[in-house]
Amino acid sequence: MKNEKKKILFGEFVTGAGLVRALEMGPGKVVAEVKASNLKGRGGAGFPTGLKWELTAKQESDEKFIICNADEGEPGTFKDRLLLMEQAEKVLEGMAIAGFAIGARQGFIYLRGEYVYLKKSLEDAIASMINRRFLGQNINKTDFSFEVEVRLGAGAYVCGEEFALISSMNGYRGEPRNKPPYPSEVGFRDKPTVVNNVETLCYVPYIVTKGAEWFKEHGTQASTGTKLFSVSGDVKHPGVYELELGITVNQLLAEVGGEGAKSVQVGGASGLNVAEKDFDKSICFEGLPPGGSIMVFNHQRDMLHVLKNFMEFFVEESCGQCTPCREGNYRLLEGVRMLEKGECSVRYLKELEALCDVMKDSSKCGLGQTAPNAFLSIVENFKTEILYR
Amino acid sequence: MSEKIPVQIDDITCEVERGTTILQACKCAGLRVPTLCHHPDLEVAGICRICVVEVEGMSGLQAACAYPIRQPIKVRTNSPRVRRARRVNLDLILSEHYGDCYTCVRNGTCELQELAREYGVDRYRYPSTTTPKFKIDRSTAIVRDQNKCISCKRCIRTCIDLQQVSALETANRGHNVLIQTAFDKPISDVVCINCGQCINRCPTGALRSNMPNELLWHAIDDPEKHVIIQTAPSPRAAIGEEFGYEPGTSVTKKLNAALRRLGFDNVFDTNFAADLTIMEEGTELLTRLKKVLVDGDSSVKVPMFTSCSPGWVKYIEHYYPEYLDHLSSCKSPQQMFGAILKTYYAKKVGIDPEKMVVVALMPCVAKKFECNRPEMSDSGHKDVDFGLTTREMAVMIKEAGIHLKDMPDEDFDHPLGLGSGAGLIFGATGGVMEAAIRSVYEIVTGRPVPFKGLDVMPVRGMEGIRDATLTIENPLPEYQWLDGVTLKVAVAHGTANARILMEKLKAGKLAYHFIEVMACPGGCLGGGGQPIPTSPEIRAARARAIYSEDHQLVLRKSHENPEINQLYAEFLGEPLGHLSHKLLHTHYTPRGRFFLEGL
Repeated sequence: MKNEKKKILFGEFVTGAGLVRALEMGPGKVVAEVKASNLKGRGGAGFPTGLKWELTAKQESDEKFIICNADEGEPGTFKDRLLLMEQAEKVLEGMAIAGFAIGARQGFIYLRGEYVYLKKSLEDAIASMINRRFLGQNINKTDFSFEVEVRLGAGAYVCGEEFALISSMNGYRGEPRNKPPYPSEVGFRDKPTVVNNVETLCYVPYIVTKGAEWFKEHGTQASTGTKLFSVSGDVKHPGVYELELGITVNQLLAEVGGEGAKSVQVGGASGLNVAEKDFDKSICFEGLPPGGSIMVFNHQRDMLHVLKNFMEFFVEESCGQCTPCREGNYRLLEGVRMLEKGECSVRYLKELEALCDVMKDSSKCGLGQTAPNAFLSIVENFKTEILYR
Repeated sequence: MSEKIPVQIDDITCEVERGTTILQACKCAGLRVPTLCHHPDLEVAGICRICVVEVEGMSGLQAACAYPIRQPIKVRTNSPRVRRARRVNLDLILSEHYGDCYTCVRNGTCELQELAREYGVDRYRYPSTTTPKFKIDRSTAIVRDQNKCISCKRCIRTCIDLQQVSALETANRGHNVLIQTAFDKPISDVVCINCGQCINRCPTGALRSNMPNELLWHAIDDPEKHVIIQTAPSPRAAIGEEFGYEPGTSVTKKLNAALRRLGFDNVFDTNFAADLTIMEEGTELLTRLKKVLVDGDSSVKVPMFTSCSPGWVKYIEHYYPEYLDHLSSCKSPQQMFGAILKTYYAKKVGIDPEKMVVVALMPCVAKKFECNRPEMSDSGHKDVDFGLTTREMAVMIKEAGIHLKDMPDEDFDHPLGLGSGAGLIFGATGGVMEAAIRSVYEIVTGRPVPFKGLDVMPVRGMEGIRDATLTIENPLPEYQWLDGVTLKVAVAHGTANARILMEKLKAGKLAYHFIEVMACPGGCLGGGGQPIPTSPEIRAARARAIYSEDHQLVLRKSHENPEINQLYAEFLGEPLGHLSHKLLHTHYTPRGRFFLEGL
């Protein structure tokens, strides 16, 4: 695979072109186009964006909201930060198009607490868009009006989960809620709400201007388009890369100068650890989870230490509501500490693996459901290294 | 919204209404799904993950309590996946829960213990907690032991949603999650109104009442002490539940016998003091109304609020201190009784009040706080020494080896042992109002209330807020000023409902003359000291017991109680008289929005 850095997001872009086109098309056609593009949420869960919009557009309500999820908290992920810094107008345009499509007049950027330093530049971008009539009242001299406000998170990882995010914005403790009903029915201020990731919104202006068919030329059949990857760890060229979905781990490593890696954590702490034997697998929604974080570990790395780091993160970041996540992560970390001291029997390790399955199966939200991924995959890939220290 | 949706649960097919939860559907199908964080009185949380079930087409297991059925579904409640998840989640909770069952007041009524028994748990799957991590937090009324907390948040949902007191909230995250007061202050120093509703809904022993049992045994065992107990109507309609009776069985007379065998020197009826309260409070209402309607005295406030519920009193002190002038100055029946016992009765029978110990058997945890208020010593002594809850009394009876079911029927002691049906129905929400209406209407008009069988139905029931009007026609000569006046009254139970009423009053949207508020859902019969469990059905059964007992009585109006009339003739003089004022009335303290004092 050749290094084509300028694919979609890093390609040419004219601010407002997508929005103007969307206003001509009408809401129904915009939703249909995004749906046809098969764009899937870039936050990690991969829910079809067009379907989300369609469900929200169908709701009858005096008010609807668009929330841009900029609570980028997955360890090893920093691609949204780059978009917010360098392509804020594209994010805002994506939000306005989404708002037009579902019938919302108000949007919010829920900004990660640690990204507070971006608040000023985002607000400048909003002001500049208003000046050019791409935001605010009567956008491009039509009846459509759309305002955007920046709201700050306070540093909780769980607030990247859409319900926890909404709960936090509503002024409550940031905790996930039972589903159904979904945010498309009962969201911010109990009104229909679309929550989209920063990166997801950035593809929208392109899909609207260039069409779904063009977008589908990128990626695989089930995972259309490109994807930003935040690459870190033992590589020569860490940074943010825009790559085709469906790329194999090997191809990705070649791209970033990470040849000879021991393992790659694909999709962040909540993603999977991939060992050398699986480097030919591809990263896409039907393959290895394309969360956006790529952490590369070389042969000097102690995988138990890596795992401990991940488990400490989940123990700290679980919201503490549901039993499997609150107590399960704690027991997994305790297990890692036992392994460190050589005090964990093979039998107890099996018990912990069963615990992982129950956490995946019965946790209330995505955090608890994905928290055991690292434990399971690292233990499976490096059982000998971990048990016989 | 009567759309029926077909559901298949295991091998049972049924139809349910749209929005029914899987848990409710399972109940309809006759299947039992275990729960822990779920409670019939509370908002759904779906956090313990004990009630998880398989729903066809869904990737993960779903919490049955939180899953609304909106389309035809197939559910499996007993598959290997379901059983494994429930068992692992239960084991996770058990490993974190510190507490030896035999040193726990909830031994035998603990829902966690019950689940462990059902699942045949015989070991800790994960390392267990062997040392306590938290200090026990104790107020005069409530004891919090976080070591036993399983983070089900029932207490929080009780405190914030059901009661809208908000003394408790979640603090921290993940494994460090704690249930905390504002700024982690002791429970005694925050807005807790001691209603004890959290205790009734805690599945374990993490919340309990402050038991005075040992001190009380000392008093009973001391031959120098004359120990008197007064029993409130609600415990009598509920304590049977602790001894195997169905909810809604009144055991008043058997309880009298049990209390005598336990060692109490006198057994009196709080209903007597309830009648006394009606005399004082009814007179106070008429006095207030006259000052407002006739004299145009703006310093006198209506609506007047009842003041029998110490939870409500503390609630209004915290949240609506500007309304304290509206609160009747009458003490609660418990406190009135204490003051009369240590003055009138002590003198009458020649007992040194110093050696008298007055115990009140109450459905209420807040009564402990009330009897310890510094102003509650107008008799020259502490008016009431111990407030004992229904649950605590059940323990004492059991400890004494008394079988309640085998007890003969015995009456109260006299005088001060005669209570009317009006005093009795104080135990149910609307009861004080009904009792007041029965007496006030008759005092004013000379005729009984215009309701069939004296049953003032509009103020009865379990609606959160109820109101009624009563027009006075042809009053007696001295009440001519009330002729044609339509009295407007309201009843609220549970402080969340009280808040709705207060906010409307504040906004000037309502005009009433008299409002009854009980802090607990259902009134005293749903008190925080009552047997566990509680549910709308159990409270309704207790209410039925109270109202049917009222019907069986001949004496059903407070002002016709001969022992009350004797008390006024021999001692007090007249309602709101000098001595009444000294012994039976009190004042209130404005408190903070967050803390006991200050802020």
